Amino acid sequence: MEPERTFLEYLRDISETTAPLDFMLIFDNLDRFVEGAWVTLQLTFLALLLGGLIAIPLAIARAYRKPVLNPIIWGYTYAFRGTPLLVQTYLFYFGLGQFEAVRNSFLWSPILSDPWWCVLIAFTLNTAAYTTEFLRGAIETTPRGEIEAAKAAGMSPWTRMRLVVLPSAFRRALPAYSNEVIFTLHGSVIASTVTLQDLLGVGRWLNGRYYLAYEGFVTAMLFYMAIVFMISLAFRYAEKRYLKHLRPRETEKSPRPALA
Amino acid sequence: MKLKKTLIASVVSAVALFGGQAMADTLRIGVEGAYAPFSMKEADGTLSGFDIDIANALCAELKRECELVEQEWDGMIPALIANKYDAIVASMSITEDRKKKVDFTEKYYATPTRFIAKEGATFELTREGTKGVKIGLLRGTTMQCYVEKHFPEADIKLYNTQEDVFADLVAGRLDMQINNTLQAIDGFLNTPQGKGFAFLGDDLDDVACLGEGTGIAVRKGDPLAGELSAAIKAIRANGTYQAINDKYFDIDIYGK
Repeated sequence: MEPERTFLEYLRDISETTAPLDFMLIFDNLDRFVEGAWVTLQLTFLALLLGGLIAIPLAIARAYRKPVLNPIIWGYTYAFRGTPLLVQTYLFYFGLGQFEAVRNSFLWSPILSDPWWCVLIAFTLNTAAYTTEFLRGAIETTPRGEIEAAKAAGMSPWTRMRLVVLPSAFRRALPAYSNEVIFTLHGSVIASTVTLQDLLGVGRWLNGRYYLAYEGFVTAMLFYMAIVFMISLAFRYAEKRYLKHLRPRETEKSPRPALA
Repeated sequence: MKLKKTLIASVVSAVALFGGQAMADTLRIGVEGAYAPFSMKEADGTLSGFDIDIANALCAELKRECELVEQEWDGMIPALIANKYDAIVASMSITEDRKKKVDFTEKYYATPTRFIAKEGATFELTREGTKGVKIGLLRGTTMQCYVEKHFPEADIKLYNTQEDVFADLVAGRLDMQINNTLQAIDGFLNTPQGKGFAFLGDDLDDVACLGEGTGIAVRKGDPLAGELSAAIKAIRANGTYQAINDKYFDIDIYGK
């Protein structure tokens, strides 16, 4: 008599033999994918946070054409926006490691020897360059009236910047920033090329370990899609809230005409 | 309009001509290109190495045109299954895990696997001794199977190419690395880069992970496996293999 099989064994058999995708294998390794997603999210959002903080003063200096600073910052944003993120990451990871002096310096053992830090530095500088430029654009297009009103109210330049120019510029930059967030998330896959086990890294580990063609990629893809979906939701909410003044105003419903 | 038509017509005929020819008798072989002296790239971009010479010799033996297709290591088997080439000649060990996905020829060489670390390093090759030790290796290899099985508490770092592993070993990001001994000697220890590094421990022994020699992989059920096995025997017998072997190594790497 054939031994009875549990439902789980039955599922495993289907998964291994007939299913186009070995879903049980993915299920067994789901914890690794969750860890990978955590690495991806950490890198993406830390880079965005740090890059954003760096970008604000740089954008102000660019928008007001500060002598000396302006051309230097322009050179920096031009270099980082004009070269691929992969090349920048390799430069920080493999490039710096080539030099004896760098390896002997105090920066090596806690920071530059660690792929996580190399990637974070590269991502931060990259997103800071992009954010600087579109924030500059947003500051430059501040409506004149807003600034005149602020001046008339007797605000100092610093107060004006803090209470009028920046909040107004942030609002205008919001739609462009949602793209930057998603691009940074997409760019974060580069972490997997320098040994980090991010989402794609785990996907490639799974493919490599079990000689699979796409199980790892498909799973990583679903995770990325879920993350992008949540980012889009957050931005939709933010735009609804902070760009409320730009939407057509809802008029009060006129009373339904009485039936004749 | 006329130009466009001519263009389309010439593209179509070109595809028909070359595509058709390729289908007829070209043997497409997947190779790697970053695993000296088995597979490497010369300064002018051409491929060379033991695997490359063997691949060309086998094509000549089978009287078929050889087309070498480069592929990064971790996509080697998936690309074979996806029909990007017909056979893999890339120092691939014959293992049970891989046999579930592809068929293998008889082995065409067999060399042991070993760890490399800084000269004088005293890591103990045990589960406890490797706890937290940074071990670098090529993703999707027999070494990944071995290290994950025997030293699960080590800090395992996976790389896309063997050259990157060596670069990080030299940079000090890794405590040790593991790979094929012959590749390690010629691709690393005997180069200026490998100064100050040495083998650690003995040849490793685990057939389940490390396999039973190096073979040529083909798609499941492809009769090409038999043809290639016969061709390996033929070039072993007629001296071609020995000539290629002597070009790269002092010993006969075919093994027992």
